[in-house]
Amino acid sequence: MATAHIALDRAGKFRKVCGILDQHSYRPSGLIPILQAIQLEYQYLPEEVLTFVATSLDIPPARVFGVATFYAHFALEPKGKHVIRICDGTACHVKQSLPILSAIHQKLGTSEKQKTSGDALFTVETVACLGACGLAPVVVIDEQVYGGMTPERAVALVDDIKMQENATVPQAAAAPVNGETHVH
Amino acid sequence: MRRVILCAGTGCMANGAMKVFERFREEMDRAGLHVVLELRPEAGDRDVRLSKSGCQGFCQMGPLVSVVPDGILYTKVRAEDVPEIVEQTLVGGQVVDRLLYKDPATRKACRGLEDNPFYARQDRRVLRECGFLDPEDIREYILHGGYSAARKAFLEMSPELICKQISASGLRGRGGGGFPTGRKWDAARVQKAATKFVICNGDEGDPGAFMNRSVMEGNPHSVIEGLMIAARAIGAEQTLVYVRAEYPLAVERMKRAVADAEREGILGNNVFGTGLSMKCDVMEGAGAFVCGEETAMIASIEGRRGMPSPKPPFPAQSGLWGKPTIINNVETLAHVPRIINQGPEAFHSIGTPDSPGTKTFALTGHVANTGLVEVPFGTRLREIVLEISGGVTDDNGKLMKNGFKAVQIGGPSGGCLTEAHLDLPLSYDSLRAVGAMVGSGGLVVMNQRTCMVSIARFFMEFTQRESCGKCVLCREGTKQLLALLDDVIEGRADAGTLDLLEKLGRAVQVGSLCGLGKTAPNPVLSTLRHFRKEYEEHIFEKRCRTGRCKALLKPEINAERCKGCGLCIKSCPTGAITGEKKKPHSINPELCIKCGACAKACKLQAVEGV
Repeated sequence: MATAHIALDRAGKFRKVCGILDQHSYRPSGLIPILQAIQLEYQYLPEEVLTFVATSLDIPPARVFGVATFYAHFALEPKGKHVIRICDGTACHVKQSLPILSAIHQKLGTSEKQKTSGDALFTVETVACLGACGLAPVVVIDEQVYGGMTPERAVALVDDIKMQENATVPQAAAAPVNGETHVH
Repeated sequence: MRRVILCAGTGCMANGAMKVFERFREEMDRAGLHVVLELRPEAGDRDVRLSKSGCQGFCQMGPLVSVVPDGILYTKVRAEDVPEIVEQTLVGGQVVDRLLYKDPATRKACRGLEDNPFYARQDRRVLRECGFLDPEDIREYILHGGYSAARKAFLEMSPELICKQISASGLRGRGGGGFPTGRKWDAARVQKAATKFVICNGDEGDPGAFMNRSVMEGNPHSVIEGLMIAARAIGAEQTLVYVRAEYPLAVERMKRAVADAEREGILGNNVFGTGLSMKCDVMEGAGAFVCGEETAMIASIEGRRGMPSPKPPFPAQSGLWGKPTIINNVETLAHVPRIINQGPEAFHSIGTPDSPGTKTFALTGHVANTGLVEVPFGTRLREIVLEISGGVTDDNGKLMKNGFKAVQIGGPSGGCLTEAHLDLPLSYDSLRAVGAMVGSGGLVVMNQRTCMVSIARFFMEFTQRESCGKCVLCREGTKQLLALLDDVIEGRADAGTLDLLEKLGRAVQVGSLCGLGKTAPNPVLSTLRHFRKEYEEHIFEKRCRTGRCKALLKPEINAERCKGCGLCIKSCPTGAITGEKKKPHSINPELCIKCGACAKACKLQAVEGV
């Protein structure tokens, strides 16, 4: 039963990829927009999907992996349910963005290497600049921009999300971790 | 018709501009005013137009609300303030004083743009329409003369004449290099090829700059119009806008603008009835700073890793898919329609002879007014950094007297300048002479509490991370430069470190292929040049004058102040503090991690040096 379910999921996954490839007429030059569309669908780029894309476009998998690893925007690992991005552009940096980053890391038990928290609820990233320098320092949580941050306010935002998660989803710990269940 | 304009740039949106917009709709309805959301020629008595605009540049004071033609600018408007504005201003014709901007220096309230020190000293040309036009309404752009320059270029001008006019205007690339735009276009024009391309470079990667974002969000049609003129000038039928992935709103607005222009028949198979076709695509970048470099951007568009290739051949000869291609910055293209309409002389009459026109700068960092500034070339740095900025602030945003320490110009490729450079008239060549560059136009002001070695390290970390890895000296050299800077910051450096930094920095400049590597050592070399003393303090005295370099801190308890209360002992996470009750305590430097918890806990300020 379980395997059948996974197999069905996989078929569904590749169907979506095929749709994306169709839209880009299987042109290798569209590799970046193709990967972007796939990431939008799955939140990250699963390995088997990358090889599938390489075969479909008739280019070596090395080229697909090369592109996927070159650009910062692509993630090869699943991300947490909520993505926290701390801007470390020059303007945010001189306004002390790093103490905010370390406060959030400490709060969630994450680090520069281990970007996703153990409960798969949060992924913490830094970005070079969001262009919202007038509001520095800036933190973006799930596409919502928060300006004029302090470590305390940032941690409070994280607390709020945690509280909501606990209230709405009692089994938060069982939140989807692998990409297959991320399809929506 | 009276008009209420809400700034809908990224900054104001983040501060809740959309909530304010919705509230305006409700409250205006309630007050019996007739809300008009679309452009309409005739107007009734009680009609009030409510619209959004692009970034107005005064980001820190957002959300911004302007009332036209009353000439009122309200700042930091919350949804709760809306009923008062509707009642007082829209119905009663009065100004709500408490929502006006107050000049931090004089405490005087400013009614509109004319008496606002942030705007009054600017010369807004590229940005002029950004604060006024609805970026999502092509008809409004057309009504204000939009696409008339493109029409002129297609119907009345030969490609050669367009290139000649752009050359005569003296327009130089606004993206960093400052290459004469007319010459670039002419080089592509003379190429004999059936297919040519024009690319708009909206991959604004410089951390701390957002000029291009604002133009793409605020006036996307001016970029498309510039692209069309460029395409006409070189004989291309395909254009592409490459937008940085971190700017979702800019991507959305550019895509919408292209779709609208297609619908209106401006882009398509028969441009202005000439039978010529013109296509425009919008591509989202994928997060690589190096893709701002022309050849790397071409590789990225072709679906490859964004690695630069040697020039020549220049893209104007052999670019995208081996065809002649020109790549222009967003701001460069946004200048083009005005040059075509008003003539090259009008453009050349402002600015300096070698750098004509105006330039936008993103003014950020420790200043009272952060935001977008457009001034003619030749303006003195002092005017922007100390006057338009409203003054230098401390870390909490309070004004500081004599707080200015340095201004970083040109992002990771630029340099840090000091007080001594403030009277320098801004131009491409004057900045290059002092080891900085205009770059894309980021201006980050730093106060006295900023450690310049750490700033150099910050930029080096950025370029090291963003180096594509093709050239050995860039890939390995930036890594070593970063390690050397870490030595300085963590107290391991010795007398030879500075020489090594300089030598290696120059080697990286010489041994790299593209602009990223060639300019990567600039922040280090310029801080070494202008703030050498600070490096020497770190190395020889093992001291950072700002207290920002943690490894060099030496926390000590002042025995005279300490009353032995034990609060610090309780607060210390590593048990580094010992001492008897009511007797001065001491810190064991072996165990201390310099977290500063003891200094925070102490009520008598007895902990020093942390």
